[in-house]
Amino acid sequence: MSGIIEVRDLTKVFTTEESEVEALHDINLSIQAGDIYGIIGMSGAGKSTLVRCLNFLERPTKGTVEIGGRDLSAMSERELRGLRSEIAMIFQHFNLLMQKNVTDNICFPLIIAGMKKKDARERAAQLLEIVGMTEKAKAYPAQLSGGQKQRVAIARALAGNPKILLCDEATSALDPQTTRSILTLLKEINRQYGITIVIITHEMAVVREICSHVAIISGGCLAEQGRVFDIFSHPKTDAAKELIVKRGKESELNLESRQRSLMDGKCCIRIVFSVNSSFEPVIANMVLKFGQPVNILKADTMNVEGIARGEMILQLPDEKEMQENMKDYLIERGLAVEEVNGYVD
Amino acid sequence: MWTKEITLMIAAGIRDTLYMTLVSTLCGYILGLPMGITLAVTDKGGIKPNPVVYKILDVTANIIRSIPFLILLILLIPFTIFLVGKSYGATGTIVPLTVAAAPFIARMIESSLNEVDKGVIEAAQSMGADIFTIIWKVMLVEARTSILAGATIAVGTVLGYSAMAGIVGGGGLGDIAIRYGYYRYRTDIMFATVILLVVLVQIFQTIGMRVSNKLDKRKR
Repeated sequence: MSGIIEVRDLTKVFTTEESEVEALHDINLSIQAGDIYGIIGMSGAGKSTLVRCLNFLERPTKGTVEIGGRDLSAMSERELRGLRSEIAMIFQHFNLLMQKNVTDNICFPLIIAGMKKKDARERAAQLLEIVGMTEKAKAYPAQLSGGQKQRVAIARALAGNPKILLCDEATSALDPQTTRSILTLLKEINRQYGITIVIITHEMAVVREICSHVAIISGGCLAEQGRVFDIFSHPKTDAAKELIVKRGKESELNLESRQRSLMDGKCCIRIVFSVNSSFEPVIANMVLKFGQPVNILKADTMNVEGIARGEMILQLPDEKEMQENMKDYLIERGLAVEEVNGYVD
Repeated sequence: MWTKEITLMIAAGIRDTLYMTLVSTLCGYILGLPMGITLAVTDKGGIKPNPVVYKILDVTANIIRSIPFLILLILLIPFTIFLVGKSYGATGTIVPLTVAAAPFIARMIESSLNEVDKGVIEAAQSMGADIFTIIWKVMLVEARTSILAGATIAVGTVLGYSAMAGIVGGGGLGDIAIRYGYYRYRTDIMFATVILLVVLVQIFQTIGMRVSNKLDKRKR
């Protein structure tokens, strides 16, 4: 099935006077209408460039981008400007007009599209209600908090009834609580208006919270893509594992280095509980069955696609045979199992 | 002796100075504003980079700005006569004043526009705004306080230049200061004109900053 966004063999090279930098290499993506699609990667991985290629703010060096079946590279500047009103975008730093009040900011894309001022203001009032900012209609951006500014930016993005909403690190400048409220709003918008949302982020938590699909970008290449749950429980590439295991929140950093020293030289596995295995005391049963203790280095629960999942890192006994038996035992019970020694460094 | 004639002459001087300053600044903006916008737009990081156009304007502005005003005034005499019929008096001074002010103003406009957050411009581009809309509704609006502060500086500078034009019979307070204060040793008249010039600059500065602050919505 052909998606609302089709990216084929996309390569982007930035040429400076001294050198050429390949920011993106042979990216292929297919995003279906109505998806919330996460694009995750470390900073500098090229994800911001990728999202700018989706509306041709950056022209790809090679490859094509199709939006709703239309090839962007074949379009004139004028046609592209028309198309961009169907692809809204929100940003990490909100990018509101600082000298205009909230209402005028939301009216701005409508005025560009040629709407009358009076009609634009009416539409702005509706949008303010959707994002819950009605009482701030006359305020200036400088008077708002980060979360409020992002709500205004979302209202502005929705003004032209876009089919696609691109979010470039939209929650990265916000605290966790505000992040959650913005993500909830985005989910609501996706559900209610069927707008396809593409979310660029470096935080796994954001992807876990609302995305249905995810693509992992590493060093300008597409490392892995698929359903969030599949990648979350069976990450195949190092880039994916790194993002999933090192969920780089500041507070977790110390914990991680402790885990790392614990894991040093030992055989450790990471397991993810699926729905049915959560009911059975799997680990306890396994310990009883094999008569050998395992060390639980980390245990956590989290929401993936709206369902609670358990995650554990276990240190297994030293004998090779016992390790294999235990892994088989866990796999038999429907848990996702993988070794974590190699890449935690 | 301070006579009524002297008072009247100084009053006329104030009028001429204001006339020269304001008309030259206005004409300076008519030339300098589009020039400054073009500089900002065609610069490397601008919304429509064009190295050739940028370089031409850049070099032109640098050349004019590096000629001392007094010399520019003399260099332009034939051009001034061609344009307004005479090279002296208040009207004759407006031509070189405008020529000197335009690149200065263009540079200030350019730097004001370069201060505009690139993210906001990108947001406008992502909405499908064309270049004209971005210049008119984003860049100039977002930079307006900075542009106004620049205008205040421009008026002050042009006022100072207008006084310099007194050397070649330019009219206004500077002319009086040179003719009476310097050639006729009337120190009292010279002081009076200097004080008036200071007061004028002060008034423009205060008004400009007040308006600029009032229009700035970035403050809480």
